[in-house]
Amino acid sequence: METLVDNDLIARPDESLGRAFSAPKPKDAAKASKRIKRSHRQIRTETFFRRSLIIVGLLMVALVFAIMLTLIVESIPSIKALGAGYLWGKTWDPVKDVYGALPFLMGTLLTSFLALLISVPFSFAVAIVLGEYYPQGWLSNLLKNMVELIAAVPSVIYGFWGLAVLVPIVRTFETSLGVPPMGYGIFSSSLILAIMIIPYAASLGRSMIQMVPANLKEAAYSLGATRWEVIRSVILPYTKSGLFAGVLLSLGRALGETMAVTMVIGNTTLMPNGIFSTGNTMASVIANELGEADKVVYNSALVELGLVLFLVTVVINMIGKKVIGKFTNE
Amino acid sequence: MESTIVKSVDYNAYFGDNHVVKNVNIEIPKNNVVAVMGPSGCGKTTFLRGINRMHELIPGATAKGKILLNGEDVMEMHPIFVRLKIGMVFQRPNPFPNLSIYDNVIAGYKLNGIKLPKAEKDRIVEHSLTRVALWKEVKDSLTKKGSFLSGGQQQRLCIARAVAMEPEVLLFDEPTSALDPISTSTVEELFHELKKNYTLIIVTHNMQQAARVSDKTAFFYMGELVEYDNTKKMFTNPSDIRTQNYITGRFS
Repeated sequence: METLVDNDLIARPDESLGRAFSAPKPKDAAKASKRIKRSHRQIRTETFFRRSLIIVGLLMVALVFAIMLTLIVESIPSIKALGAGYLWGKTWDPVKDVYGALPFLMGTLLTSFLALLISVPFSFAVAIVLGEYYPQGWLSNLLKNMVELIAAVPSVIYGFWGLAVLVPIVRTFETSLGVPPMGYGIFSSSLILAIMIIPYAASLGRSMIQMVPANLKEAAYSLGATRWEVIRSVILPYTKSGLFAGVLLSLGRALGETMAVTMVIGNTTLMPNGIFSTGNTMASVIANELGEADKVVYNSALVELGLVLFLVTVVINMIGKKVIGKFTNE
Repeated sequence: MESTIVKSVDYNAYFGDNHVVKNVNIEIPKNNVVAVMGPSGCGKTTFLRGINRMHELIPGATAKGKILLNGEDVMEMHPIFVRLKIGMVFQRPNPFPNLSIYDNVIAGYKLNGIKLPKAEKDRIVEHSLTRVALWKEVKDSLTKKGSFLSGGQQQRLCIARAVAMEPEVLLFDEPTSALDPISTSTVEELFHELKKNYTLIIVTHNMQQAARVSDKTAFFYMGELVEYDNTKKMFTNPSDIRTQNYITGRFS
C-alpha cells in the first residue's frame, strides 16, 4: 500500500489540503485524483500513528526490564559478598560491614499485614455499601469520590498527618497499655498504611459486587432471604475471588509504601519485638540510608533490599491480576 | 365452591412516575393454574412481582392497593414472610452456581438460617425433586453443581427450590421462554401435577401455552386487566374486542 503513496504529497501535505478546499471548482478528474491522494495520506498517517503507539508500548516493557536489570546488576556486589545469609541476618551494622535484612523484612511484613487486617473490614464495608446498598445517588457519589481521593493524596501528607495526629494518639494508647510510649513504630505505620490502602480493595470490591447477576440476588430474595442473607450467601461467595484480588492489590501497595512509613516508623535497625516497637521497612531503610551509603557493599546491600521488594510486589500484583482475570472470565 | 387464595384490590404499581399496573382487581382460586398474558410492557410481570413484593426491590418502584393472601394483606406483612408463602420461578433458570444440586434445593432453608437434621434435609430434597420430576435424573449426582444441568433441568431445579419451602402459591415469570421445546413441554406437564398442591400463577408470552396449561386466563393490556375468565371462554368467546384482537394475532 505504501508504494502507492505519492511522496511529493507527503512533502507538502498542507498545500494540497488547502488547495482542495480553496480552489474554485477544478475539473472533476483533478478533484478525484486529489481525493485519492488525500486518502493515501490518511493511510500513511494511520500507519505512522499505529507504529508510534506500538513503540511507546514496547518502551514501557523495556523500561520495567531495565529497572529490574539495574537492580540485579547493582545488587551483585552485595550478593557476592553476603550470599543468601543476607536474607536472614538479624544485624544491620554498616559501620562493621554487617548487613542482615531480616529486621526490615519483618518490618515490612508486620506493617503490611497489620495494615491489611485493619483496612479490610473498612474496604469491604465501603465496597458493600457502594456496590449493593447505594449504587447511585449523591451520597454514594460523595463516598466513592472521597474514597478514591484517599488514593490520590500524596503519601508525604499522610506521613505528616501521622506525625502530627496519630503518633500522639498512639503514644497515649501505649501509655494506657503500659508499653514504652514512643508513639512511633510498627503500629503507627500500620494505621497510616491501613488508611492509604482502603481504596484499592474498596473500589475493586465495589465493581465486583456490582457485577453479581441480578437474577441470583432475586432468586435469594424470592426464597425469603433478607438483605444481609443475600450479601452473605450470594454476593460474598460469588465475589470472593474478586475481593481477595483487591486485598492482594492493597497488600502490594502497603509493601512498597515508603514516605509515610519512613516518617512514623521510628527508623531503628533493630529486630522489631512486637507491634508497638519501632523499626524499619525495606522501603524506609532505602529511603533513609541510600544517600549516606558510601561503601560499595553498603550501597549494594540497599539495592538488594530494593530488588527483594520489587520481586515481592511483582509476584503479589501478578497473582492479584490473575485472580481478577479468572473472576471476570467466569 | 372454589375458595379464593389470592385477591388483588385496586392494585397499582409504579416505576417512579411511570404507572405500569393500573387498578387491577383479580381473584385467583386455590389449586388453579392462572395464566397472565399480554403484549410486552403491559405490566403483567410487574403485577406478578407485586404479589410477592419483589417489585419494590427495584429502586424507585412503588405500589398502592391491596394484595390479599387468604384474606391477609401482603402489603402489610413483612416481605420475608410473604416470600416464604409465595414462591417464585424466574424467566432464566437461576440456580446458585456455587451450590450443589442438593444445596440448591434446600437453599431457602440455608438462606433463612433454618437448621434441619440430615434426614429431614434428605427427605425435603427427594420430595421436592420428585415433585418436579427431576429426582430420577439427578439422584446420583446430587453433589454436582447446579450449573452442570441442562437449561430445562436447571429450571426444574429452580422450581424444586421454590417447592421445597412449601409455599401456598407459586409465581412463574415466563418460565419457559429460555427453554427449548422439549424442556418446555416437560415443565408444562409439571404444572398439572403441581396444581394439586399449589396455586400457580404463570406469566407467559406464549398464547398456546396459556391455552394448554391454565384453568383461567387474565389478559393485560397497557397496564390494565382487560379480561379475566375461564381459559376456554377466553380463547373461544372473549368478551372484550382487545382480547379478541390479541388472541387472533391482530396485535402483539
